[in-house]
Amino acid sequence: MKQFEALTRKKDNQPVRYLIVDDSVFARKSLAKMIEAFGGTIAGEAGDGLTAITEYSRTSPDIVLMDITMPQMEGIEAVERIVRDHPEARIVMVSSVGYQDNILAALQKGARHFVQKPVKPDALYEIIRYVLSDEGVTAPA
Amino acid sequence: MKLDLIQPFISAVDTVLAETMETPVTIGGLKMDDEGYRKKGVAAMIAIKGAIEGRVILDVEPRAAARVANYLAGEDITLDEQAMRETVSELANMVIGNAVTLLNDRGSTYKVYPPELITDEQLAREGADTEATVLSFETQHGNVYMNIAMRYFRRRQRERNVVAVS
Repeated sequence: MKQFEALTRKKDNQPVRYLIVDDSVFARKSLAKMIEAFGGTIAGEAGDGLTAITEYSRTSPDIVLMDITMPQMEGIEAVERIVRDHPEARIVMVSSVGYQDNILAALQKGARHFVQKPVKPDALYEIIRYVLSDEGVTAPA
Repeated sequence: MKLDLIQPFISAVDTVLAETMETPVTIGGLKMDDEGYRKKGVAAMIAIKGAIEGRVILDVEPRAAARVANYLAGEDITLDEQAMRETVSELANMVIGNAVTLLNDRGSTYKVYPPELITDEQLAREGADTEATVLSFETQHGNVYMNIAMRYFRRRQRERNVVAVS
C-alpha cells in the first residue's frame, strides 16, 4: 500500500491513535492497514456499537472510524452516546450505506465526517487530516 | 421483476468490484431463477426492508474472493475458509450498501441488515417459493453472481389484502 506523510497529533506530535469499529474483521484489518500507512496506531477495536462505547472510554482515541450497520447497536446510536459523554470525540463514519439521510443523521448525532466503502486510502487520509485540523472541529447539532 | 429494481444493484456491483478487484467487470448474463439456484462459491445473503423488500444473495467464486481479500488486506494473503467468509460478507455489505444508497437517493428509505453466510440447504429453502433474478458478473479474476428477489412493499400489501377479502 502507498505510504502517506505521517499524521500526528498537534499537541505532542505523537502518532494519531485510532479506534476502529466494524463488525467485519476483514474491514477492521483493511482500515488498520490504512492507518499504518498514515503513520497512526490502533488504540482499540470493536465489533459493535455497544463495545465501541466502552472501548472509547477505555482508550480515549484521537479518531474513531465507525461503521453504521452492526449487530447489537448500530453506529449512529453509538456516535450519539459517545459524543454525549465525550463532546470532544472525533468520529468518522465509514459505511457502504451512504445516502443523504444516513449521513445527515450521523452528522446530527455528532460525527465529524463520512466516507463510503469501499474506502479509498487517499480519500480517508484527506478526511482524517481535515477532521484533525482545527477547522474540522465543530460542535454537534 | 422490474429492471428499475435491479439497476441500482447492477451499478453497485460494477462500482464495488471494479474498485476491489481492480479490473473491468462485464455482465455475463441475466436469467430468471426458476429451477433452484445452486451456489458456485461462498454466498452471503442480505435482507432489505423499505419501499421495496426482499433479499440479495452475493455468490463469489473462490478465485474472485481471493482477489478481493488481497485488496481489503492491502497485501497478498493466503485465504483460509474463515477469511473467505469474511471477505464475501464484507463484499456483500459494500455492494448492498452502495445499491441502497442509490435507491435512497431516489427518495425512499430502506434499511439493510448485516450479511448472513448461506449454505446450500438454506439456499434451497430460500428459493423454494421465491421468484428471483440471477446476474453473473465476469472478471479476469473470477466471477461473482447476484441472486436478487425484490418486490414493491405496497404491491405486496395489496396482494395480501386481496387474499384477505377473497
